[in-house]
Amino acid sequence: MRVEQIAVFLENKSGRLAEITTILADNNINIRALSVADTADFGILRLIVDDVEKAQNILKGGGFTVGKTDVLAVEVADKTGGLATVLRSLHSAGINVEYMYAFVNKTGENAVLIFRFERMDEAIEVLLKDGFTLISGAQICAL
Amino acid sequence: MYWEQEKECLARPELLQLQLGRLKKTLRKVGATVPFYRNAFSKLKLDPGKVKSLDDLHRFPFTTKQDLRDNYPYGLFAIPLREVVRIHSSSGTTGMATVVGYSKNDIANWSDLVARVLCGAGVTADDMIQIAFGYGLFTGGFGLHYGAERLGASVIPISAGNTKRQIQIMQDFKTTALVCTPSYALKMADVMMDMGINPNGLSLRFGLFGAEPWSEAMRVEINERLGIRATDNYGLSEILGPGVAGECRECNGLHVNEDHFLIEIIDPDSLEHVAPGEVGELVITTLTKEAFPVIRYRTRDLTRLLPEPCPCGRTFVRVNRMMGRSDDMLIIKGVNVFPTQIESILFDVEGTEPHYRLIVERENNEDKLTVMVEVVESIFFDAMKKQRAFMEMIKKRMASELGIGVDVKLVEERTLDRFDGKGERVIDKREL
Ligand SMILES: [Zn+2]
Repeated sequence: MRVEQIAVFLENKSGRLAEITTILADNNINIRALSVADTADFGILRLIVDDVEKAQNILKGGGFTVGKTDVLAVEVADKTGGLATVLRSLHSAGINVEYMYAFVNKTGENAVLIFRFERMDEAIEVLLKDGFTLISGAQICAL
Repeated sequence: MYWEQEKECLARPELLQLQLGRLKKTLRKVGATVPFYRNAFSKLKLDPGKVKSLDDLHRFPFTTKQDLRDNYPYGLFAIPLREVVRIHSSSGTTGMATVVGYSKNDIANWSDLVARVLCGAGVTADDMIQIAFGYGLFTGGFGLHYGAERLGASVIPISAGNTKRQIQIMQDFKTTALVCTPSYALKMADVMMDMGINPNGLSLRFGLFGAEPWSEAMRVEINERLGIRATDNYGLSEILGPGVAGECRECNGLHVNEDHFLIEIIDPDSLEHVAPGEVGELVITTLTKEAFPVIRYRTRDLTRLLPEPCPCGRTFVRVNRMMGRSDDMLIIKGVNVFPTQIESILFDVEGTEPHYRLIVERENNEDKLTVMVEVVESIFFDAMKKQRAFMEMIKKRMASELGIGVDVKLVEERTLDRFDGKGERVIDKREL
């Protein structure tokens, strides 16, 4: 149920993001989803890729600080209120979202919401109970 | 103006005689009561009883800050604790901090020595002295306080911080003499401008500045902006605190209170004496301290002797204002900071050898220390909230262990140059 995500520390220097995406592309690694959280000084880049191990090794070898964490991917219909229903379900169960981001699959019918929770197991339970679709890393890559 | 004229103007031959007698007594005392010195002396087969001249001191070993740390807390005390009436300490964690003690007589001497410094600067019993040094374990606040009381001046023990309030009190209480770091004096001048207060309308006449290096250019600026006469004074807690040396009204070098301290200037590498007038490291031996005598203490402060007699009539030799350090100690907002202190905190949180750089700047007359840290996996978080909380945690730890606030900046791995020497990890951009 969990999806592996890699996070990369970035100083806010121009071109760093492009460098990373180029390195990954040169090594035939596909980026399925990406988000950047940043402050004035630094940023945290999060990536869902098709080959986590390889991406991690390549980026580490390139001198980047890389971390690996589990996130959850929830598939919802790409229409108004899709996100709201998920958040409502989590909120009523008292589960805090550490961060989230989203992307739309190729057909444009469904959106995939990526969530990071402090209490992952509880979140899984709640989401499944409320009938949401959790998808795996392999499924994301197949989208 | 002298506080103890007969002593401050003692003829040199008599002074040297007095120093020799006191030196012999001090060496005998530490050789008999302090195991550290007893061992050090016996290792070199040195007998304090056989000292015949001041030059004989040069055969005795140096004492370093590390020796003080190794003997934390009371290892170097020469009297029983029950006779110690005061403890002061440098900031730092166990293993980094140094502790010093004072007997009743030490406090009395300290008060007189600071009174001399105040008197030399022109301060009298009629003055209202605002002491903006921190009170507490730091020797600055209490040292000046006791000296000012001894002099009979009125003391405003306001301590450090809250600049607006300092200025309000300076105005309302009609402060005539200000005691703080030179950079803080300039900061006060800035804040006065912001508050619309004209320094010329205040009663302020004297400024006694110390606890950090400064320059003649800063003196001119302080004098002009605050309309005062700024004088320099020098001390360090390992030796006494303030009162070791101070400028007279000539404002041309600091008279060392030589009846209480014997000084040498050495080459920090060869450890040999430099020629008179050459720049070197100041080494001090205390001559009257009871609780915490120190033999040939390497201050790591760089200065030079000014051997010519001073027009003020004092016979005590003068030294140049401190010209720098022979180690990597930083003085930030008057607080002594060693890069190793920061390194050990980072080591602790990272669990590995940290790569860091220290940037020291002076912004609006205030020192600012930025610690640049390379982010390794153990301190990298995928959630921004956690990454920020981590930075706050480091800042808090540094503030509590160093005694000053710092900025922390995270940088990517392998972006800071690798150096062999620790000193090069510091970039001091302050121009004094
Ligand atoms: Zn003089």
